[in-house]
Amino acid sequence: MKHMLELPSYLDQDDEVRDRFTRLKQRPIALEVKSLGKTFDTPGGVVTALKDINFKTFKREFVCVIGPSGCGKSTLIRILAGLESPTSGEVLLDGAAVHGPGPDRGMVFQGYTLFPWLTVKRNVMFGLLQAGHSRESAEEDARQWIDLVGLTKFVDSYPHQLSGGMKQRVAIARALANQPRILLMDEPFGALDAQTRLKMQSYLMDIWKNIDITVLFITHDLDEAIYLADRILVLKAHPGEVQELIEVSVPQPRSPDQLLSPEFLATKKRLEELIHPPEEGDDINSDHMNMVRMVPVDHEVESVF
Amino acid sequence: MSARSTTRWFAVRRELPPKTRFLMTIMSFLVPLILWSLISYVPWLWHPKVEISDPGDVSYFKQGMLVDSDLFDKESLKLEATDKTLPVGTPANPIYLPAPHEVAVAFYTAFTTEPKRRSEMWLHESLWNSIQVIFWGFVLSSIVGVPLGVMAGTYDFFARLFEPFVEFFRYLPAPAFGALAVAIMGIHDAPKIAIIFIGTFFQQVLVVSNTTRKLDASLLEAAQTLGANNKALLLKVVVPGILPDLYRDMRILLGWAWTYLIVAELIGASSGITWFITQQARYKNFDNVFAAIMMIGILGLTTDLILAALGKRIFPWERQTAGA
Repeated sequence: MKHMLELPSYLDQDDEVRDRFTRLKQRPIALEVKSLGKTFDTPGGVVTALKDINFKTFKREFVCVIGPSGCGKSTLIRILAGLESPTSGEVLLDGAAVHGPGPDRGMVFQGYTLFPWLTVKRNVMFGLLQAGHSRESAEEDARQWIDLVGLTKFVDSYPHQLSGGMKQRVAIARALANQPRILLMDEPFGALDAQTRLKMQSYLMDIWKNIDITVLFITHDLDEAIYLADRILVLKAHPGEVQELIEVSVPQPRSPDQLLSPEFLATKKRLEELIHPPEEGDDINSDHMNMVRMVPVDHEVESVF
Repeated sequence: MSARSTTRWFAVRRELPPKTRFLMTIMSFLVPLILWSLISYVPWLWHPKVEISDPGDVSYFKQGMLVDSDLFDKESLKLEATDKTLPVGTPANPIYLPAPHEVAVAFYTAFTTEPKRRSEMWLHESLWNSIQVIFWGFVLSSIVGVPLGVMAGTYDFFARLFEPFVEFFRYLPAPAFGALAVAIMGIHDAPKIAIIFIGTFFQQVLVVSNTTRKLDASLLEAAQTLGANNKALLLKVVVPGILPDLYRDMRILLGWAWTYLIVAELIGASSGITWFITQQARYKNFDNVFAAIMMIGILGLTTDLILAALGKRIFPWERQTAGA
């Protein structure tokens, strides 16, 4: 092919980035996943969704999980959240095994899961009240978190009055208000349009920079993963296994103009190879469209090229 | 009608403009009324009877009598041959189809006519009695049925425990328990309330449990990740989450309760609006019968409209149809 860019290896890191990763790995471990496995009994037999998953995230690290559909990313995050139990292995949060859902692991879902009957303020207060805060202190905290995500004007609005992006900001505020030790995000921006998504990504980066929080973020958008993550956990499908844990060589702090930097593109190229590997011949031939030329005889445009 | 206006009036799943919508609402009541008026006031439409104004020389005809028009024609033909006075009459509808204006008058006079016997009730007393029976039957059923339904919809334990029996019982027709209810509770309002209860309760449990099950499961998961325990899930998520739908269910169930009223009031000592209707039908005052039936309709519709309007105020987060 002509004009292909010469890209560095995605493994090349400049000194600053390498130094940062060395320091990052010296931080205490926030989340540790040990030989995690999950199988489902289906009418068609036992399906292995996850097989022998091992990884660690460090304090205040931003980890993205990416993989082809069917790789079990959602199952993984649901197990971490405690919404599903693993068939084997265990999940340690700050060294202690987790069982069942709890406020120490905040979660933001793809579908907006705001309680429609509560105002923005009351949504954010929900977890605080469950944790036994008094109404006054919960309300004060809630206002601060709402302020942080820039929705002060909407404290008394109901979720249906907000746009998709605003709803997800409330969901983030609601999860953070509990001061969880890790924030789990399951394709939180998947339903948003491209522009809102970009904005939300930088909001999230800002929040992450300023708050003591470790983030585990699931996405199927390669750009999103590279733009946000310190490290990217790449899963492969059938069964879901760890394929590679990539250290993103794009320097922090990130900005949108890095989207075209050589490091960014190198990492993206690597992810493309991992997630959409060049398929062996037979697969492509068995799944293609039967295209025949179907233009009228007197058509006006000879060729689209 | 041009193609454009066809698509304007019959656009698939599109709302009509506000003015047209209002017009249609009016028409929905006006069309049946117009049909009724046509049949009542246009002599050559239907009118299978003849009201005799002068019996002539037909021995058994009397003034004011309603006879089949066939019979009237036959007798007229017979007399024509013999040169006697012909009977005179106007086409009329059967006694059971009074004209709109007669029903309208009855609507007023039904309230002002004194009952025939001392022991009988005025119409407004009958109506009030019916409303009370409905109210208590429905309230008692809801007090038990709604919590059971919510529990069954939330916890599989209760679903397995209640639902099979309720499914079985709801097929037993409520009126079948009439005699039993009278034997146990006497002849006054108690057995009537019991019939409404039986008619409503079993449907209510199933409808409410179904509604509860339809609550978005991800809301429950979100609440769990926010630290909600089992009790909070039920009281802070399930209950408020289903309230608007529950309210809608109750409106529909209340409509069903009205249908059981008619059966309930025939049990034991007849009372209420049903008693009024059967009594008036016996006297052949069909204008009163129609008036009373319409009163039930008007009462039902008004209650539902009030409840619907109230619902909008109680559940401000449900105003999704307007914007999004």
